[in-house]
Amino acid sequence: MNFKQSFILAIKSLRGSKMRSFLTMLGIIIGVASVILLVSLISGMAADMSESFESMGTNLISVNIRGRGGNITLNPKEMQELAEENPDSIAAVTPLVSINNATVKFEYNNMTTTCTGSNEYFPQIKNSTVESGRYISYLDVEKRQKTCVIGSYVKNELFENESPIGKQIKINGTAFTVVGVLAEKADSEESGDDDIVMIPYTSASRLSRMMSISNYSFSATSTETVEKAMEAINKKMSEVFSSTNYYSVFSASQALDQVNELMGTVTLVLVGVAAISLLVGGIGIMNIMLVSVTERTREIGIRKSLGAKRKDIMSQFVVEAATTSSVGGVIGIIFGVVSAYGIGSLLDMTVKPSFYAVIIAFSVSVIIGITFGYFPANKAAKMHPIDALRQD
Amino acid sequence: MIDLVDLYKIYKIGDSEIRALDGINLHIDKNEFVAIVGQSGSGKSTCMNMIGCLDIPTSGKFILNGKDASKLKEDELSEIRNLTLGFIFQQYNLISKLNVFENVELPLIYRGVEKNKRKKMVEESLERVDLTDRILNMPSQLSGGQQQRVSIARALSGNPPVILADEPTGALDSKTGAEVLELLKEINREGNTIVLITHDNFIAQQAKRIVRLHDGKIIEDKVLGVAENEL
Repeated sequence: MNFKQSFILAIKSLRGSKMRSFLTMLGIIIGVASVILLVSLISGMAADMSESFESMGTNLISVNIRGRGGNITLNPKEMQELAEENPDSIAAVTPLVSINNATVKFEYNNMTTTCTGSNEYFPQIKNSTVESGRYISYLDVEKRQKTCVIGSYVKNELFENESPIGKQIKINGTAFTVVGVLAEKADSEESGDDDIVMIPYTSASRLSRMMSISNYSFSATSTETVEKAMEAINKKMSEVFSSTNYYSVFSASQALDQVNELMGTVTLVLVGVAAISLLVGGIGIMNIMLVSVTERTREIGIRKSLGAKRKDIMSQFVVEAATTSSVGGVIGIIFGVVSAYGIGSLLDMTVKPSFYAVIIAFSVSVIIGITFGYFPANKAAKMHPIDALRQD
Repeated sequence: MIDLVDLYKIYKIGDSEIRALDGINLHIDKNEFVAIVGQSGSGKSTCMNMIGCLDIPTSGKFILNGKDASKLKEDELSEIRNLTLGFIFQQYNLISKLNVFENVELPLIYRGVEKNKRKKMVEESLERVDLTDRILNMPSQLSGGQQQRVSIARALSGNPPVILADEPTGALDSKTGAEVLELLKEINREGNTIVLITHDNFIAQQAKRIVRLHDGKIIEDKVLGVAENEL
């Protein structure tokens, strides 16, 4: 009696009692489908989050200084020196002075946007490019020039088809000359990365009447050196400030790691819950197999009288259990993938069914069948032929 | 062929013991047609289980085809059953989920016969019982007589030297019963040893030799003459 024959026999007996087979499989179907569904949704969610962190720039390190009241003891020059002292890990640094809800006006058009002050390194750090004109220069910063660079959304809102270069706009009532336009970064949407006006940070501090600068962006030379750059920055910070309460250093890649770690934990917990359902499914299979063995006592007796050995009977029942659970597994996989895409399109979520999850779910369902089929099969194999034949 | 030497089978129920077989000595030669007769409780079923290698004796020897089967393990007994014995039961004992062909094929599958050869042997065997047109039917679609013929085909498919028939006509009407007995006689003429277990004296008369059991002992062992045989 080889595997193929046991398998054909198993399919036959599954087809013979469809309702019972389906109910037996149900536990496995639910378990496998929920594993596939959850893993697909979670990895989709993780991919979404990774993407948004990556768009921030994985080389990016943000420093926020809260200080003690007005006593900020680090200025842009010192930050620039810090960058220059660590050329192998830090590529550039820019102070960031944000004026939220700034009113920007050109002729009769006006709008509200975020006006941010930076130095000349901003495009390099934020991966932005200048589409036309130029970016703010070192001299603009030094001389506190009233120059500005606008995002594509602002350009569309204020200038429509006109060229904005050389035009004067008013930011909170102060006139600035547009020297450049940033290339589109995020579909030119409102409050996106393109809804922005950049000015020299020196002018921005004056405009906002904030003498101290509390935000800086660093870029590391590469993703690999982010950690080293953060170490250097943290070291400098700890020399200046007595407690980490006064500042924070944050990197997108570090946040990404944390997200991935968190998603990993969430996945593990959910898969654990699903595993319990698979276990219950396995017990269901064992239960039905035990009933089946009792019902088929006579068949077992007949087979033994015809020369079936223990291993023949054993393999027949184990293969039957494994077939039940793996058919359940396949149905569960299909059901899981379909419902993942269904829920994904319904809730507008990214869905990423993992090939490994499918493979693992299938193997687990086969293993469950074999494990939980073993005990009933052993019971069948150990039956004495006379006792089995005597039974009606 | 078959030798039972000082065979005892004793069941213990509480303090009392039941001697199902109480010192049986029986020799059956090749190509014999023996009927083992007895009332219920006479020990004939136990005797059949011994000859069928389905049970092992409490003491004594059971030699089948030159091999002592009384001390073998379960799997070794399975192998002997598969190679040397063909069973015919009162209730046919076909597997209801399998069709005629698959039922007859079973002993060959357990013997590990290769597929093409198996097909040939099954067809030959079904030809002997004249059921070649029913090959794909399920047992439930057949009459009792046809089912019993399928079970005879199954017993014959592996060409075992000994056919063991346990009340083969018990569930059949007298006409089909007679047909089945005729078939057994024919098989016997073709060279198989047949051991028939029955409580019915009339059916036993169809055999060439009658062994009568009572209370686990042989009380009669006679070879039937041609005249009696044709009765």
